[in-house]
Amino acid sequence: MSGILVVVEQRAGRIGRISWEAVAAGQRLGAQLGLPVSAAIVGSQTESLASEIATRPLSKVVRVEHPLLAQYTADGFALALQQFIQAEQPDYIVFPHTYQVRDYAPALAARLGQVLIGDVVAVGDGPVFTRQLLQGRLNGNYRPTGSGPCFVSVQAGAFRAEPLEENAAAAQATTPATITTFTPTLDPAQIRARPSEPYRGSSQTVDLGSAQLIVGVGRGIKDAESIPMVEELATALGAELAASRPICDNGWLPMERQVGSSGQTVSPKLYLAVGISGAIQHLVGMKGSQCVVAINKDPDAPIFEIADYGIVGDLFEVVPALTAAVKAAKQ
Amino acid sequence: MKIVVAIKQVPERDAQVRIDAAGKWIEESDLQYALNESDAYALEEALQLKEKHSGEVIVVSAGPERVGTTIREALAKGADRAIHIGCDDLGARDALGVARLLAAAIKPENPDLVLTGLQSEDLGLGQTGVIVAELLGLPHATLILHVERTETGVTVKRELEEGWFQTIELPTPAVLTIQSGGNKLRYATLMGIKRAKTKEVRRLTAAELAVDAAPVVLLEQVTLPQKQKSTQILPGTAKEAAAALVEKLKFEVRVL
Repeated sequence: MSGILVVVEQRAGRIGRISWEAVAAGQRLGAQLGLPVSAAIVGSQTESLASEIATRPLSKVVRVEHPLLAQYTADGFALALQQFIQAEQPDYIVFPHTYQVRDYAPALAARLGQVLIGDVVAVGDGPVFTRQLLQGRLNGNYRPTGSGPCFVSVQAGAFRAEPLEENAAAAQATTPATITTFTPTLDPAQIRARPSEPYRGSSQTVDLGSAQLIVGVGRGIKDAESIPMVEELATALGAELAASRPICDNGWLPMERQVGSSGQTVSPKLYLAVGISGAIQHLVGMKGSQCVVAINKDPDAPIFEIADYGIVGDLFEVVPALTAAVKAAKQ
Repeated sequence: MKIVVAIKQVPERDAQVRIDAAGKWIEESDLQYALNESDAYALEEALQLKEKHSGEVIVVSAGPERVGTTIREALAKGADRAIHIGCDDLGARDALGVARLLAAAIKPENPDLVLTGLQSEDLGLGQTGVIVAELLGLPHATLILHVERTETGVTVKRELEEGWFQTIELPTPAVLTIQSGGNKLRYATLMGIKRAKTKEVRRLTAAELAVDAAPVVLLEQVTLPQKQKSTQILPGTAKEAAAALVEKLKFEVRVL
């Protein structure tokens, strides 16, 4: 077979939005290249998930099934997909860019002499795949030059899954995609890692997800002693205080206040970013905010790409001035 | 424990970057460079493991002459010795090409652990460690915050998305990519800096390692990202900008 294979990921028995986005990306690529698009789900007992995937307009859905794939391991998934890809010979393999994919897809690609083009945000003619460089400050266009299958993973939010759902309604009226099963040959000895069940970190006492107003603080704050200055602004606004990863890494604010790919995802009415440059790991956690305001000394900081309002300046001058102005306005 | 830490020198985080004339990468002539942040955490984890269990920490880095300063920094922080893979065309190699260089340099060392940062701040590929593991035939785990030695290998704490974690047991030798934030980073002491000058830095060249350099993926063009929103910049002094923002928050965003 030639064509496009989308590897759908399940988490706790569910298919996440990013996987539907990967399907959407696969379909866009398929339309562009005139290639059929199929999907695979890796695991054990994936019957109902496969039926759910089969409602989408796909040429087929394959369950890559084995009891040893019940729990994710890099060894198990790479071996199973290697065998499946060698049997199917797809031209393109599209993944959602999740922590799981980052863990095994580079090894899988390397095993087949290829390189994963990871965290892709756009597909252009050629095809050329665009991914971000230097923490989102630049874009890079990547072209596969090899002859083997091309591995691509797509960034969360980069490809809209919505149009696909409309298609799904249309497709549902006709016949769902055929579901087949592929059984890889796996031996327990080939799986070298022993993972535990996932567990939650700290008991999350701060629910930033439901906050209406959030003030986020980033690396620009420079030291722990300056955090109270931003806290005062948050209090004046009646906002929750949040932070980008480095602030929590340094222990300046607790981990449960972290917004981003490894922290919480928020969508407040107002997200005021103070000294946050806007690395993608942070943006994925807050770009659903209705209004984004950024205060940053660097006019080229990526945060300004998604900000509605910006103040380019020294936060140590702007924040106290803003706190005073907010207090005055509220009186 | 013998631990190899693969580190990368990257443009300093605050550096102003400009696209070069060919539109293929950034203008490098006036850039300041630093140790990639998650690699600094990988080095820290290695140094703490050595302090606990004794052994040796070896840093390996590929790149041109300037990489030497970052290697010295790692030695000043406590690494015992270093391998510098001299390579002026690092940018022309893809992730597999770079991993081949590192793997070829690491293999003869037969380490118990290979650590590296989870991704670089410049290319952000987040693949090098995983591919090195694949090339060396070793098990790996990514996004690791903590490493504990056991009788047969290591137990690691792996970060998952949205505040979830997982514990993984791995036999050694193994490759781990380290997430930032697991430890507090140390600074180099004056004594450390002095000692670093006498530590061994073995130089290898990419040619000596004789690995396949032909890329299967090519970074063809670098461009400025397009704005997703049109940002209204509020000008003036801090006070003026703050007043203008309060107006917006009150009458347009309606949150005051």
